[in-house]
Amino acid sequence: MLPTARIGASGLTRSSGPVIQRAASWWSQVEMGPPDAILGVTEAFKKDTNPKKINLGVGAYRDDNGKPFVLPSVLKAEEQMRAKKLDHEYGPIGGTAEFCKHSITLALGDSNEHVANGLNSTVQGISGTGALRIGGAFLQKFFPGNKTVYLPTPSWGNHTPIFKHSGLDVKQYRYYDPKTCGFDFQGALQDIAKIPEKSVILLHACAHNPTGVDPKPEQWAEISKVIKDKQLFPFFDMAYQGFASGDVSKDAAAVRLFLKDGHQIALAQSFAKNMGLYGERAGAFSLITSSKDDADRTLSQLKIIIRPMYSNPPVHGARIVSEILGDANLKSIWLKDVKEMAERIISMRTMLRDNLAKEGSSRNWQHITDQIGMFCFTGMNPAQVEQLTSKYSVYLTKDGRISIAGVTSQNVGYLAHAMHQVTK
Amino acid sequence: MTSRFSEVTTGPPIEVFALNKAFLDDTNPNKVNLGVGAYRTDDCKPWVLPVVRKTEQAMANNEALNHEYLPVLGLDPFSTAATRMLLGKDNKAIAEGRAFGIQTLSGTGSLRMAAEFLGRILKYKTFYYSVPTWENHHLIFVSAGFTEPKTYRYWKAETRGLDLDGMLEDLRNAPENSVIILHSCAHNPTGVDPTPDQWKQIADVVQEKKLFPLFDCAYQGFASGDLEKDAFAIRYFVERGFELVGCQSFAKNFGLYNERAGNLTVVVNETKVVAPSKSQLTLLVRGMYSNPPNHGASVVSTVLNTPELYEEWKGCIKTMADRIISMRQGLRERLEKLGTPGTWEHITNQIGMFSYTGLNQKHVETLVNEYHIYLLKSGRINMCGLTSKNIDYVANAIFETVSKVGLDSSL
Repeated sequence: MLPTARIGASGLTRSSGPVIQRAASWWSQVEMGPPDAILGVTEAFKKDTNPKKINLGVGAYRDDNGKPFVLPSVLKAEEQMRAKKLDHEYGPIGGTAEFCKHSITLALGDSNEHVANGLNSTVQGISGTGALRIGGAFLQKFFPGNKTVYLPTPSWGNHTPIFKHSGLDVKQYRYYDPKTCGFDFQGALQDIAKIPEKSVILLHACAHNPTGVDPKPEQWAEISKVIKDKQLFPFFDMAYQGFASGDVSKDAAAVRLFLKDGHQIALAQSFAKNMGLYGERAGAFSLITSSKDDADRTLSQLKIIIRPMYSNPPVHGARIVSEILGDANLKSIWLKDVKEMAERIISMRTMLRDNLAKEGSSRNWQHITDQIGMFCFTGMNPAQVEQLTSKYSVYLTKDGRISIAGVTSQNVGYLAHAMHQVTK
Repeated sequence: MTSRFSEVTTGPPIEVFALNKAFLDDTNPNKVNLGVGAYRTDDCKPWVLPVVRKTEQAMANNEALNHEYLPVLGLDPFSTAATRMLLGKDNKAIAEGRAFGIQTLSGTGSLRMAAEFLGRILKYKTFYYSVPTWENHHLIFVSAGFTEPKTYRYWKAETRGLDLDGMLEDLRNAPENSVIILHSCAHNPTGVDPTPDQWKQIADVVQEKKLFPLFDCAYQGFASGDLEKDAFAIRYFVERGFELVGCQSFAKNFGLYNERAGNLTVVVNETKVVAPSKSQLTLLVRGMYSNPPNHGASVVSTVLNTPELYEEWKGCIKTMADRIISMRQGLRERLEKLGTPGTWEHITNQIGMFSYTGLNQKHVETLVNEYHIYLLKSGRINMCGLTSKNIDYVANAIFETVSKVGLDSSL
């Protein structure tokens, strides 16, 4: 606590009041928090002077020269926006109606009946994280069931803090099978069947982060059935629509299937990756409800959650999203841009696998091409990861996850060589 | 089909937004919006500051820029400049490494981050807010986990000024470690600011009772037109050796309302607590929104860190502050000239965007329903809603309303 004040000589300072003797601080018992694993990787990478260094940490797309990529459709959208000379007045608490409509329509498909009937309550979120947090806060306040979110094992590292900060409990269900570097379908079904009724289950819509392992369509169908039987509430995290397969409809198939099966869901969307709008924080949170009245009431409550967080969301990124999705020409350019990004990643997966074979690796690396999206769970253990980093200046997270976006045609040979060396 | 959410009731509408909507829906040609707190030009239009437009254009033409993630604590040159702007470039706390800033989602986000840190990390439970205060203060702190909301007297209806005795008495009764929300300048909604001597007395009590000062700094530059003058209170507290936070917004003084550019300035006693505090703030940010938005902060950073742009911007704030001051003078003159019952010098004694007129709910209802003049039930008006074209109409409407409805003890 603050020490007792000592009256200092008034000549010591320009102020005319007693000066508190500075000794202890209010904050001295504040502990150093654990460093963020993912961001720590990038920081260490920056400090490394090895010219061959590769950053396979943070999940941001890079072009084949390893550079950040501003999508041509985004550049064009910004140009069109500038001509409109838009102002910077306060926007609505939940973001503009336009942005919200475009976002949910992208997720559910043009002319989908849910949006047509006003069954969705949609708000802009501070990208995907913000959308998840709004959802978490809403469930903590209003979910009439078991306020526990079940996450797949593993899941994005930030899911747990987000839901815990929201006041929810967090538990797990089996997902990744380290033996096959693939989907533990039976394990998942068994665990899901054991989840207490009316709990919340978080599902990655596509391009699972961090494993890249997605259920097949027929597996999704079975998962949907079990979830329905157990009356669980599905909360979809869709951060990679379009980015996984290159096809926005294909990537949203699981979400659309669940709605067809009659689930009411929650959905968090991010435009960070698929529009390259990372730092502009454009995302959306939606509830797909059973009535317009439900949608209206829940929307009013979502706004009350947002107001004491940040009042209203930043518009710049959201305006770009609206500009693109609302303009047929721009939208078609964007669909090409996102397909290009997805295809580059898919081709890097193929090249990495081929190069590992060329290196003479006898390990089964099939999962590299079976998995999808930005990330690949290589199956390397922490000791091997440590060697990759210290000996070869290849930076990745301890769990063996690599961001394929960091792989280029110029570095894939070196990467394969390094991976082979530490795993042979 | 039944729903899990069938028990969810409709939340109460937020008054200021509901008022704004009612204004927008009104088709009366004489309508005047004295509600929402945003600057308007004399043509009653939003104003994108020329220096902002220029900077955005330059950013657009700069091919080196992209949309990559900012660090969790935001754009460092932005926070450094924002903290320097608040505390003064020669501030000792900055020089000694005891002051830092983190980028936040405008003023609201800054308050929320401060509340989360003070509540969850330092485990403070009690917070004090002025009566009246910005209506979102209470909800922000309660949402951040504070369990003991308390008030301190502030607005004195009889004098339309500060109830200093009431305020000091309430603060003297505050338990140790209470977080006291203080308005740095241009108190929202009353426009009543303590004088330098009154700030000294407030500081004495805060020190004596070991309370934690939190400054809401939403209007630096916007109150008097002078950045240094508007920062007097927080700089005084820093000089006196308090640890404190300043929650800054660039919504009004940069006109960047919807880009959510804000800063949380933290002043501590020991440099060794800076790193742990930042790391805890990092975790709080990560769990809420991962990292802040780039656009608004980049604009502010460019302006604050480029001398010619900084000078140009200071000119813009002076323009806005001067227009508001002239509207205050104009309104008061007209009300007095018309012989409006009551006294009206508080209109020019008060400072900043808002004025607590002293009009009561009945007056307000009449003004809204009969004159299509939109203001909050509390009698708060936004001076920016007044223009040379509507000031006569508004003055007249107030005169007629007060004459008709009559005075009560508040006037």
